[in-house]
Amino acid sequence: MAGDAPLPEAFARWFASRGWSPRAHQLELIAQARAGRSTLLIAPTGAGKTLAGFLPSLIELAAQPADRTSSLHTLYISPLKALAVDIARNLERPAAEMGLDIRLETRTGDTSATKRARQFERPPDILLTTPEQLALMIAHKDARALFGGLRRIVLDEIHSLVTSKRGDLLALGLARVRKLAPEATAVGLSATVREPDQLRRYLASGDPSGELADLVTVAGGAAANLSILQPNAVLPLAGHTSRHAMAEIYAAIRAHRTTLVFVNTRMQAEFMFQELWRVNEENLAIALHHGSLDVGQRRKVEAAMTAGKLKAVVCTATLDLGIDWGDVDLVINIGAPKGASRLIQRVGRANHRMDEPSKAYLVPSNRFEIMECHAALEAVAEAAQDTPDAKPGALDVLAQHLLGLTCAGPISADAAFAEITSAAPYAALTRETFDAALTFVATGGYALKSYERFAKIRLGKDGLWRVGDARVAQQYRMNVGTIVESPMLKVRLGRARASRTGGSPVLFGGRVLGEVEEYFAETMLAGDTFIFAGEVLRFEGIAGNEVVVSRTQAGTDPKIPSYAGGKFPLSTFLAERVRRMLASPAEWPRLPKQVGDWLALQARKSVIPKRTQMLVETFPRSDRFHLVAFPFEGRLAHQTLGMLLTRRLERLRLRPLGFVCNDYGLCVWGLSDMSAAIADGVLSLDALFDSDMLGDDLEEWLQESALMKRTFRYCAVIAGLIERRFPGQEKSGRQVTMSTDLVYDVLRRHEPDHLLLRAARADAATGLLDLQRLAQCLSRIRGRIVHKALGRVSPLGVSVMLEIGREAVYGEAADTLLAEAEEIMMQEAAA
Amino acid sequence: MRALHHRTLTFPGPAIQGLPQPAFSVGGLEAVPHHSGALYLPSERALLLSDLHLEKASSYAARGVFLPPYDTRATLASVAVAIAAFEPRQVISMGDSFHDRTGSLRLEPDDATTLRRLQAGRDWLWLTGNHDPDAARGLEGEVADEIALGGVMLRHEPAHRGAEPEIAGHLHPAARIRLRGRGVRRRCFISDGNRLVMPAMGAYAGGLNVRDGAIQRLFDDGADVWMLGDARVFQVSRTLLMPD
Repeated sequence: MAGDAPLPEAFARWFASRGWSPRAHQLELIAQARAGRSTLLIAPTGAGKTLAGFLPSLIELAAQPADRTSSLHTLYISPLKALAVDIARNLERPAAEMGLDIRLETRTGDTSATKRARQFERPPDILLTTPEQLALMIAHKDARALFGGLRRIVLDEIHSLVTSKRGDLLALGLARVRKLAPEATAVGLSATVREPDQLRRYLASGDPSGELADLVTVAGGAAANLSILQPNAVLPLAGHTSRHAMAEIYAAIRAHRTTLVFVNTRMQAEFMFQELWRVNEENLAIALHHGSLDVGQRRKVEAAMTAGKLKAVVCTATLDLGIDWGDVDLVINIGAPKGASRLIQRVGRANHRMDEPSKAYLVPSNRFEIMECHAALEAVAEAAQDTPDAKPGALDVLAQHLLGLTCAGPISADAAFAEITSAAPYAALTRETFDAALTFVATGGYALKSYERFAKIRLGKDGLWRVGDARVAQQYRMNVGTIVESPMLKVRLGRARASRTGGSPVLFGGRVLGEVEEYFAETMLAGDTFIFAGEVLRFEGIAGNEVVVSRTQAGTDPKIPSYAGGKFPLSTFLAERVRRMLASPAEWPRLPKQVGDWLALQARKSVIPKRTQMLVETFPRSDRFHLVAFPFEGRLAHQTLGMLLTRRLERLRLRPLGFVCNDYGLCVWGLSDMSAAIADGVLSLDALFDSDMLGDDLEEWLQESALMKRTFRYCAVIAGLIERRFPGQEKSGRQVTMSTDLVYDVLRRHEPDHLLLRAARADAATGLLDLQRLAQCLSRIRGRIVHKALGRVSPLGVSVMLEIGREAVYGEAADTLLAEAEEIMMQEAAA
Repeated sequence: MRALHHRTLTFPGPAIQGLPQPAFSVGGLEAVPHHSGALYLPSERALLLSDLHLEKASSYAARGVFLPPYDTRATLASVAVAIAAFEPRQVISMGDSFHDRTGSLRLEPDDATTLRRLQAGRDWLWLTGNHDPDAARGLEGEVADEIALGGVMLRHEPAHRGAEPEIAGHLHPAARIRLRGRGVRRRCFISDGNRLVMPAMGAYAGGLNVRDGAIQRLFDDGADVWMLGDARVFQVSRTLLMPD
């Protein structure tokens, strides 16, 4: 049988014509496919992963007669639609060169309705798509026919999906497809991860054999050439701009073919772009790319990049994943990488050839970040990984999927339960919770059963659930997916003129520059200046759903801080290493001298905490008293901690006024002398940081927490309680925010155990509130708090204090703020 | 510009318990705003409620949006707080008491009982609103389109005519302030001393910013704003009011 040869002749000839020979893992995957085994392939960038994933499909398709009836053979899922399109392009070439007669199509949100319909009537051999499109396809009434003959499923970059809600949705989709096509085998392509078994289990979702997917690993590739860019300038104590290193960054860009400059947030991208052009004396082609820019603008940058016309692109995580951007030979990571695995993947973007080392510079933007960058370098050298743990599948995603299943045809609860628990994230789902989700989909799942007559899905006499009417399927299609955008406002260039009544500004139409988050726009007052789309803009006001801005004169400084908070908190793994580095003076000489001096000064003026300790310093400054703590648990956990601490201090009548935090520590200030309160025994730090704050204090705060409300809104949208486009409010995402807050308040009071609140709490534990990490932190520091009362701020403390003015200040309850507003009025009246 | 009466009085009623309530006058009538969103008129012993939007959730359910069906009881609970605070002789619900025409027929038995208890022993008047032009079908209480009380007209939608003193609802005013980097958006009363627009009391009722033209045009010479706090009402400086 020809199948015994490692490669069919046409393929062997093609490899030879390119001067290549197939790599071991590529042959191994062919053998795996022939044996009908599902496989996880872990390989570094540039190892020919994609080709390895597709070769078995190409070989099988090549062996089929040209006049075969059209049937979907291979389904490829990518986390990014741009990646799906890119892979399609990269596959077409070898297919054409080998003279294979293979139909290959993509299906994304951009695909026309006609083409999508045609893909059901006359399926291509290979379909490249995204998790959301898969969800839509399995909810289609003809899903069974489409997937019935499927042979192979290729999941690309699965490491980037598994720990997210999209990953949950994809696992459920995978279980469904496997049910429709029990013969199909799956292959997962992944970068290196900490727990490969987690991915093998994920890949086995819905596999009738019940076995983990086999593992094929490609060893290392060339070690990356990583270093920290050492600027000559004095390093700032805080801040995230890296302005001090601009000359060195520019020189590095000039010295390389093409550079990707990665930053962590959109605002940092804007800032970096601005600063680079300030020093760009040679007019090098330096472009900007981030998710909030106008789509047309982004496509232009991508095209120029692929064509090799750009010298550098400043970008955010939007360019993190596997797209081949041509001849990148340098990656510069601005700020600390926050996680070792993220750094490794970003660095992999430079140089898509496995045997050559990727080259990357880290540019720490303050002294703490230097330690973090050193920790990250060590981790990379040891190939240590800190990819996140798997967590149980989200309940809001489950609800969405259940409705999708019913849209495709009648389902039995028993069969659906068996299928869903075969998906790895839902393996531990209880029947009780499953039933609650089903009831939620049907009628909202409230204890007060008042919506029975409006049910979206109903249980028939035959024991099967069916959709109530055709409108339900329509609703489902509008709401599918797990990505809930924060409400965004368009940024339009215009000139504002206050209307006669002082109401909304009147604008003269100008160009749309992109979008900003609503909450960012809300922090601004008319006249504030900020950077967006590469220029300094003046905020004029919000009109309807648009932010109206005007251009500023050259040389205007942006007033609103350009750091809108890092997306990714410092990983636990790196935090532990930074704590260790801090606690070991023997390691300091390896750090730049100014950092070593800074730490030595801290040892003299205050205390260097041991690895397991948490340092708390109290000191007066101006007419305020400050408390600085260093838990090193990332800003999200610190933000929650700060909220809870201020509540407790308020109860102790220590009159806190506000707090700020960064990834390393937090600073609370107020009107009472906290050093004295500790000395007098009024304030016990052990009691202040006791984990019982996660009980009543937390509950009380959650009632009004804007972050919790935002988390709830996401769950409500994903679960389908609130439509993405709420009836009668299509025009404004802003009013939806309002409504879900009200819904949250009411539901919390009347049915605290409702499925959606459970979903929101689960998200809060790991998401915006990072409660899980805070809980671990509080138990770690119990009995290990070291306190130092100081006459003034310490060297370490300065770095947190400097966040004041950069970061939003958090403070007390709404009533306190309203009372202050009232006071202001009284003063005005008296004047 | 009209001079306004800003003064603080301690209402002698039993349930106020010494908390100073800001009070003001509308068309010469003393008015005490409550943090539930209700307004008390001591001289008439009348409590005004506006835009309750009862049964809004069940109204949405018919369209396949299953909001928690507890909005009616949540709203009635804050009405109960206001009634307990002032023990009024009469209650006037200023229109849009129900979210749609048939809302009053959909009340859950428990909620209907709660409402009857609140109505017991006092006069109850339902004004009609654009959402409930028939007011509360099948329920206790009188129905009217508008009514004059102590020389002030009470109606659902503010009239744009004349200088006649008026208390109305309909617009769901809300105010947003920002102080030290933090914003607070709350429902509010807004008045220029001659006209007053009440906040919506419905648990799911949204709010319209007082800087919006629809509200601004009612108050050519400016107006004052009382925002609803968690435990009391706060009169805030108009210089702090922000658009959304």
